[in-house]
Amino acid sequence: MKMNGAKIFVESLKKEGVDTIFGYPGGVVLYIYDELYHSDIKHILVRHEQGAAHMADGYARVTGKVGVALVTSGPGATNTVTGLATAYMDSIPIVVFTGQVPTNLVGNDAFQEADIVGITRSCTKHNFLIKNVKDIAKTIKEAFYIARTGRPGPVVVDIPKDVTMDSAEFSYPDDIELPGYKPTYEGHTNQIKRSIDMILASKKPVIYTGGGIISSGASKELFAFAELLKAPVTNTLMGLGGFPGEHPLFLGMLGMHGTYAANMAVTHTDMLVAIGARFDDRVTGDISEFAPEAKIVHIDIDPTSISKNVEVDIPIVGNAKSILAEMNKLLKQDKRLKGFVRESEDWKTLINQWKESHPLTYKETGKLKPQFVIERIYELTKGNAIITTEVGQNQMWTAQFYKFGKPRTFVTSGGLGTMGYGFPAAIGAKVAMPEATVIDIAGDGSIQMNIQELATAVQYKVNVVVAILNNNYLGMVRQWQSLFYGKRYSHTDMSHKPDFVKLADAYGAKGYAVEKKNDVLPVLKEALKSKLPVLIDFRVEEEEDVYPMVPSGASLKKMLLA
Amino acid sequence: MRHTISLTVENKFGVLARVAGLFSGRGYNIESLSVAETLDPSVSKMTIVTNGEDKIIEQIIKQLNKLINTIKVVDLTVTGHVEREMVLIKVSASGENRTEVLRLVDIFRGKIVDVSPDTFVIELTGDEEKIGAVLNLLKPLGVKDIVRTGKVAMQRSIQHNSIDNK
Ligand SMILES: Cc1ncc(C[n+]2csc(CCOP(=O)(O)OP(=O)(O)O)c2C)c(N)n1
Ligand SMILES: [Mg+2]
Repeated sequence: MKMNGAKIFVESLKKEGVDTIFGYPGGVVLYIYDELYHSDIKHILVRHEQGAAHMADGYARVTGKVGVALVTSGPGATNTVTGLATAYMDSIPIVVFTGQVPTNLVGNDAFQEADIVGITRSCTKHNFLIKNVKDIAKTIKEAFYIARTGRPGPVVVDIPKDVTMDSAEFSYPDDIELPGYKPTYEGHTNQIKRSIDMILASKKPVIYTGGGIISSGASKELFAFAELLKAPVTNTLMGLGGFPGEHPLFLGMLGMHGTYAANMAVTHTDMLVAIGARFDDRVTGDISEFAPEAKIVHIDIDPTSISKNVEVDIPIVGNAKSILAEMNKLLKQDKRLKGFVRESEDWKTLINQWKESHPLTYKETGKLKPQFVIERIYELTKGNAIITTEVGQNQMWTAQFYKFGKPRTFVTSGGLGTMGYGFPAAIGAKVAMPEATVIDIAGDGSIQMNIQELATAVQYKVNVVVAILNNNYLGMVRQWQSLFYGKRYSHTDMSHKPDFVKLADAYGAKGYAVEKKNDVLPVLKEALKSKLPVLIDFRVEEEEDVYPMVPSGASLKKMLLA
Repeated sequence: MRHTISLTVENKFGVLARVAGLFSGRGYNIESLSVAETLDPSVSKMTIVTNGEDKIIEQIIKQLNKLINTIKVVDLTVTGHVEREMVLIKVSASGENRTEVLRLVDIFRGKIVDVSPDTFVIELTGDEEKIGAVLNLLKPLGVKDIVRTGKVAMQRSIQHNSIDNK
């Protein structure tokens, strides 16, 4: 059937199973918006395009599906760049459609023209400029395929206005023609066998896992793997939720703000099994002293992640889920397993001593403690909520004190560390899963970066709860200034800010301010029942620091402990 | 170490920018790069000369492979291959210099492609060694300008016993 490009666009999205678009209109996407006027695809009108990209990202992280945003050319498109870079660093599948000026004006510095394909080349997995209406369906098919397969990531599709107006025959292709794109899924059998030999010959194993466990849906397999080996597990920030936070084998997060036990364990291990993690500098600290005594097996879908930062003994390229399933099969039949578990008992005793001697903790003072607030949130939601965070201390305390039990329940900007991410991501998550309890654990600085989305939340009755850990500072930066810059708090004072309760009120949401410990639980309970989005202003201890802390670039064993 | 990489890519607009952006964004060096269509017009071939430690070269090859439009990456350095470069050399040639230049051009199987009363433009093809040698011999005579294409390279069909007829 012949139809215009805008209609082909909408029909193609339907073929991809898209139910929700986060978007913001403008001149060059008007044909598309005209088509959306009578489409049953839900459209969430954001208040800033950065919000749209983060919402699509939050939607993708909790569902595993591709999140979709739609924006106009020029400023609309450039406003999504931070959202794209955030999704790119954390390997999140989103497709952002940007309008473009008509093809005959492209390259003319036309009104609201930006070379968004050029601008986003280094912060997308791939991007496209569609020049002909005949290519719309095929390009959309490819964009979704690239976004969700292999190592997932964001894709931009730039569509000039005339292309949405022109007509063509619509037929959605069945096949993908991408001669250069063939992600590897199956791990090399021989490498898998060799890694089993290596693991079973070790005495002090540690399993170190990242976001790859979440994106490949491998948490069941990871659980079985750890249980078979009876080996301790540590997660990166992105990996939290991939292994039950309350499990006796769990060490907590490793790295700069990792637990004592996790950082000691990776420092002393003789066998590090890295799965879907990329040895980021926030994780390894001084790379030359990272896991110095260990043999390393590294499983990752992306060959460029392997041997990039750390030389590994056995690389296995492929999908974590299928590789772990294969390893579990081999382990179950392996006669050496029993002996291995026995031999590593001493190691686990040592680890338990580390856990007991240095648990995550904080000092009670008269004031409300941010960690206390997070503990109460955990207590109340029993680990069943979807938790997003902003960036800074709020994020690290959440990673430490909320014991994530399930994959896709922790939504945070790990790689890019984007302040202003958590709130729109929470909205995206809640739109995807309206029944879920969704809480953004925020900072007083970060929340102001995308606060405008409160209007979006109110309009669409997306009743998320924002728990602001209000310390009157850009807390994480202040902490660095306190520890490494002689307490010179240069431009990190955030005490000048709106009254969050009134602000919530002005937007038509509900606001609370909490100063006393005893009020934390009752207010949280009320907030979770609210029929409106909620902002809670928790007035917490101002100069609380996050510990443990490994100073930037230092070895993991050089943790500062309060 | 220096590596010559042969890159087969889809012939689409923006692909060169993706390759160049990969090198600049990650701080890798490009010594030379040449690109043109292949027998199949939907496919282009690039020859990239780069340098770096083994670890960097390994990353470069992996990163090139990761580009969606990349069909194939071969590090020719580790396989038998032939490589050639073309250079245009504008050289002063007046008086007795003229015969000396002509003699050198003849020895190295070059061509004179432009003549003026006091200059020649020489076209010369060869591997790096040969071009280097010619330039060294011509310099004392007065080289005014050169333009080089950058290397093109091709894997040998038979990986041993073949003769590189420079
Ligand atoms: C967009 C952006 N700008 C700057 C930074 C640098 N930065 C990291 S943490 C932080 C402070 C965050 O303050 P707040 O949101 O109040 O969180 P807190 O650390 O106090 O919990 C800043 C400025 C960043 N991560 N993102
Ligand atoms: Mg703060």
